[in-house]
Amino acid sequence: MKESRFKRMKDLPSTHLLGTGTPMCSGCGGLEALHEIYDILGSNTVFVNAAGCMTLLAVYPFTPFRGSWLYTAMASAPAGAQGIRDALDILIEQQRLPASEDLQVVVLTGDGAAYGMGLSSTSGAMERDLDFIYICYDNEGYGNTGQQFSGATPHAARTATSTGPHGFAGYKKDLFSIWAAHKPAYLATVIGAEPLDLARKIEKAKQLKGPRMIIALAPCPTGWDYAPRDSADIGKLAVATGVWPLKEYIDGQVVHTKIPKQRQPVEAYLERQGRFAHLFEPRRDEQLLQELQDSVDSYWADIDS
Amino acid sequence: MTRTLLTGNGAAAWGARLAGVDYVPAFPITPQTEIIETLASWIEHGEMPGRTVTLESEHSMVTAAGAAAASGVRVFTATSSQGLLYAMEMIYTVAGWRAPFVMVNVSRGLASPITLEPDHNDIMAARDSGFLQIHCASCQEVLDSVLIGYRLAEDHRVRLPVIINLDGFYLSFTREPVEIPDAQVVAGFLPPYEPESTRFCASAPVSQAVTVLGGSPYSYFRYESHLAALNALTVYDEAAKAFAAACGRQHAAVEGYRCDDADIVFVMLGSFASKAREAVDRLRDAGQAIGLVRPRLLRPFPAAHLQRLLAGKQGAAVIDQNLSMGLGGVLHSELSSALYGKPGAPSVLLSFIGGLGGRDITPEEFYEIAAVTRQAVKDGVTPPPRLLYSRDEDREIRKLQAIAHAERNELESGQ
Repeated sequence: MKESRFKRMKDLPSTHLLGTGTPMCSGCGGLEALHEIYDILGSNTVFVNAAGCMTLLAVYPFTPFRGSWLYTAMASAPAGAQGIRDALDILIEQQRLPASEDLQVVVLTGDGAAYGMGLSSTSGAMERDLDFIYICYDNEGYGNTGQQFSGATPHAARTATSTGPHGFAGYKKDLFSIWAAHKPAYLATVIGAEPLDLARKIEKAKQLKGPRMIIALAPCPTGWDYAPRDSADIGKLAVATGVWPLKEYIDGQVVHTKIPKQRQPVEAYLERQGRFAHLFEPRRDEQLLQELQDSVDSYWADIDS
Repeated sequence: MTRTLLTGNGAAAWGARLAGVDYVPAFPITPQTEIIETLASWIEHGEMPGRTVTLESEHSMVTAAGAAAASGVRVFTATSSQGLLYAMEMIYTVAGWRAPFVMVNVSRGLASPITLEPDHNDIMAARDSGFLQIHCASCQEVLDSVLIGYRLAEDHRVRLPVIINLDGFYLSFTREPVEIPDAQVVAGFLPPYEPESTRFCASAPVSQAVTVLGGSPYSYFRYESHLAALNALTVYDEAAKAFAAACGRQHAAVEGYRCDDADIVFVMLGSFASKAREAVDRLRDAGQAIGLVRPRLLRPFPAAHLQRLLAGKQGAAVIDQNLSMGLGGVLHSELSSALYGKPGAPSVLLSFIGGLGGRDITPEEFYEIAAVTRQAVKDGVTPPPRLLYSRDEDREIRKLQAIAHAERNELESGQ
């Protein structure tokens, strides 16, 4: 694969394609990532959407997309992508549509769909080697309904359905590994707060064929309980503390694309978010804080060595 | 005229093949599987063009079908029973996309208890979805209805998906002589799909199926679908007429059999209506003026056709092969609302439930239904709905229960 054209920040696209004035919350980390992704994918795309926050991007008669859009349902956006991809292939093959009219088919779902209800249709699409890009904006809970916990919610986070003293009792599902087990053409984690890393990965995905899977951690002011202006900082901290490893899977290998040299303590990330406030007040929950730090350390122990 | 022995499933597959479908998203389920196996085999061996893909569920299958139809290709798919219900969210959704395609449903009773044999509760569950529905009583009708279905679905006055319904086992696995129309004749009847603006391409970006805010735009689009479904009444009659001209077979929206001089009629859907038809002949032999009314079109509901056929009749017995728990037969209640207050409507409209899970309806039962209907006409009183079940069946179920008890007692006594 040829070297990325995105070497430094000033190489990133300066014209922005996604329209403004959407109903997304102010400071939405998912929208931040989507802006950056769309600038690289461009308007020769059809976004196939699953029920979630971003379903509200296209509200009749408005859309921020210059390209096309199809809303499906919560569970089956990848199957919608299958139908469109196959139809476009058929039309081009039969010369009912010139190849210049072809579109990149892009699934857009939240973590609620990707980690849970939509997992079966996502697995099916990868198994059929569907030529598509899949973007999961992961705000670690059912955000559009007021942040109840989902399969993506991290341990100890307070959500609308985990309000006890220790927060969410479960653990964030390792969707990256579940997807990697399907051996897709490409798989990467990204975050809007690291736009250069994101741009390189989307550029790479764009050039490949087959299932290209992207999980974007999406800091969420309303769901994670912090001020919208802090979104980029919290995103950077997610990477700097090692909580959100930036990595890609390609040709059977997992490569970390941005290994924090001196990982900051996880606390630095947690203390900025109201959903973890119970770990610090009324008194520090040392045991739980240590558990969260250990879990991150144990992940990186394998990588560092 | 050459006729080939085909199962109902084989006839459905031939319908899709003759319609020149581009795309067949599939998922297996008994008793439908033969349809997709047949199409997959033809496509794999180059006997028909097109592409097939097996999804991981019916929910995904209907999503892919709708998305492909919304992208401008001709789509065929098939399901049954639990599969139809598993897909139900998408059945409603893709109808709202106004994505025209044809889906065959091979009717099978719904869980619980789980069974493989036919009744119409599965298809009735799709009644309010926006899919149009054609119900078949023979294998020939299945093939012909698939072709008529495309013409109906794709007409710009309609633009709604269509379900062609056939009964599991009774049609799906029963071989009947079927005339397979000539491809050129079919091409004359069914022009290629012209998707107009319903498609995705680079030069003309489009947003389909977007959110609306508030009841007003929502109502507007829902009303549009309803009005389009109503348009399908006219379009169906035109299509049936054109089909008769091309292929020589009549498929009226509602079939009336020996109705003209009848004073009472049976009203039934699907292949079990052939049993009613046979009973009508026997009762006619015995001198009774009786007929059969069989709606082929259930959505849109052919109210005017039914009013016409039933005007002047003394009584009608609706035999529903479905059961709406706590209400009764669905067709009975729909027919009642179509006839209420209409001049010449029969004064008694009786309801019978039969044929659930493939349970037979015997000739004697039809004779009894006719007798009960005549008595009701005479008394001017409609009896309560009746659930068909014979003394023999009751004895058989008691036996099964006795065995179940004996088995449990044996287990509990530790023997």
